[in-house]
Amino acid sequence: MSALISVKNLTRVFDVSKPWLNRVIERKPKAFLTAVSDVSFEVPENSVYALVGESGSGKSTIGKIIVGLVPPTSGSVEVNGVDLSASKNTADIARVRSDIQMIFQDPYASLNPRWRVRDIIAEPVTVLGGETEGLAERLLEQVGLSAADAHEYPHEFSGGQRQRLCIARALASEPKMIVCDEPTSALDVSVQAQVLNLMSDLREEFGLTYLFISHDLTVVQHVADMIGVLYLGSLVEEAPRDTLFSTPKHPYTRMLFDAAPRMDGFGREVDPPKGEIPDPINPPSGCTFHPRCPLAVDRCRTERPEMRRIGETRVSCHMAE
Amino acid sequence: MSDSTAKQPEPVAPSRLRKVWESDFVYSFRHAPVAVVAASMVTLMVLSALFAPLIAPHNPFDPATLNLMNGFTPPMEPNAFTGEVFLLGTDDQGRDVFSTILYGMRISLFVGFAAVTLAMVLGVTLGLLAGYIGGWTETIIMRIADMQLTFPAILVAMLIFGIAKGITPPEYRNDMAIWVLILAIGLSDWVQFARVVRGATMVEKNREYVQAARLIGRRPVSIMVRHILPNVLNPVLVIATISLALAIIAEATLSFLGVGAPPTQPSLGTLIRIGQGFLFSGEWWILFFPACTLLVLALSVNLLGDWLRDALNPRLK
Repeated sequence: MSALISVKNLTRVFDVSKPWLNRVIERKPKAFLTAVSDVSFEVPENSVYALVGESGSGKSTIGKIIVGLVPPTSGSVEVNGVDLSASKNTADIARVRSDIQMIFQDPYASLNPRWRVRDIIAEPVTVLGGETEGLAERLLEQVGLSAADAHEYPHEFSGGQRQRLCIARALASEPKMIVCDEPTSALDVSVQAQVLNLMSDLREEFGLTYLFISHDLTVVQHVADMIGVLYLGSLVEEAPRDTLFSTPKHPYTRMLFDAAPRMDGFGREVDPPKGEIPDPINPPSGCTFHPRCPLAVDRCRTERPEMRRIGETRVSCHMAE
Repeated sequence: MSDSTAKQPEPVAPSRLRKVWESDFVYSFRHAPVAVVAASMVTLMVLSALFAPLIAPHNPFDPATLNLMNGFTPPMEPNAFTGEVFLLGTDDQGRDVFSTILYGMRISLFVGFAAVTLAMVLGVTLGLLAGYIGGWTETIIMRIADMQLTFPAILVAMLIFGIAKGITPPEYRNDMAIWVLILAIGLSDWVQFARVVRGATMVEKNREYVQAARLIGRRPVSIMVRHILPNVLNPVLVIATISLALAIIAEATLSFLGVGAPPTQPSLGTLIRIGQGFLFSGEWWILFFPACTLLVLALSVNLLGDWLRDALNPRLK
């Protein structure tokens, strides 16, 4: 399998300084937030790659960089060999744009309330100047809605139905790859399963590749082939699903699994995760996880661990084996 | 569901008209008596202004139809010389006050609508640009707006009026007066639109449907016009209605001060200015009726705007 998306040393720094007048008066330096720090991974064609992490771990930023909504500070994202932020070839960019689509977290904000469903779904094709006759109706039926819904407005649909509309829109330009930014976290659990099943059916039907961004381990276990765990903007562990769930190598991954609620775990005493995610403006030295890590040694406080390969797993931890 | 439809003789989908009649918007209108009265008054006045030539007993600005002997006839009293009766009396030239009001309302309403349209187009465009692009564009536009707000609108309008009058050749001044008036009021009134649209745009541009459009590759101008504009129009509609009342009053004020509509094309403000010269000599009707008309017109439009603000406010539903 070839890599459809390859992310190399991706870094994104946001300037979160106060306005210059406040800085002058309060004598504070500029403040920078490193949302994504030196992340590299590849997504093979026709697979589901999941990025998991806590709030603020940079997973959504990576998704936005990949689809081109946010430019990277350094590093590159190649989609089918084309670097979206560096390429000057407009034909290449247009082709990649239609190859890659996104489904957003909030189905209530991601559909223009003043547009009819037909226009919303056909928009990716309209912008590229393609033929849209009957397209919306066909896609509506593919995502399990009725073709007659095409002339309705979004407010007439429920959350799950809206997410189906978003999926239909994402499919309109016949993409190869869909970035799903927490597509089910705003939905009821019963609806989540329907939407996830629809997404996996569509993947088989169209040979799609998903980059699945989530904080929900049960959802990820359900859909992912390969999982990358993010902590404070860096990738700490990457492994195939079964390997990751059976033998997590990084102490942070283990902490996540221990913290996840389990059906068989009623009444069991769980140590809550220690500490909170550190301030990303002043990240800890060395390994960013060391203040919360049960295994931390002196080396972790000074030296940032490199990605190492152990079997099928890639992990960035001095102590992992 | 099936029970209720079975009882009805015709289980067809409700007609379009019925849907509109029962929509939230029309429902709230039907249940707001003040709004219904205000809307009827506005409609009545707009229609009578539009059809002034058909309604008015005579064209008060065609000297051929005037009889100087009819001057200063009180309302509903026969003239001492000619015996003619005028509904609202006549002025010094023998012009029927009712007719001058109808024709004056035409000018007032036209200037009002045109000025608000100009302010709206300008304000919405600049507000969209400031809100969507941000950075220096926003700083420049909004600081100009802030500076303009430190002057009273009427002062800004007089300034623009003065400059425009200075640069138009004297022979066109009377013809251009109305357009200069529109320009002056329009330019003094765009700030409100720009501020509101900028605020709403800043909220909308971060919503995910705008991001979806961006990643598809839609151009920024197209996103602003097709995606953001329809979602910021509600507050614009409210401001436009209230601005209409303010523009009509601003026009009347300018005309009253003698810098607005010329006596050859008198608006309600010009009529009031002419009338106030006769107020203390007993001919009260020349001032009173145009002033009442202005009051009712501005009040009705304002009440309509008030209702609209409540009806379009999602938090009051």
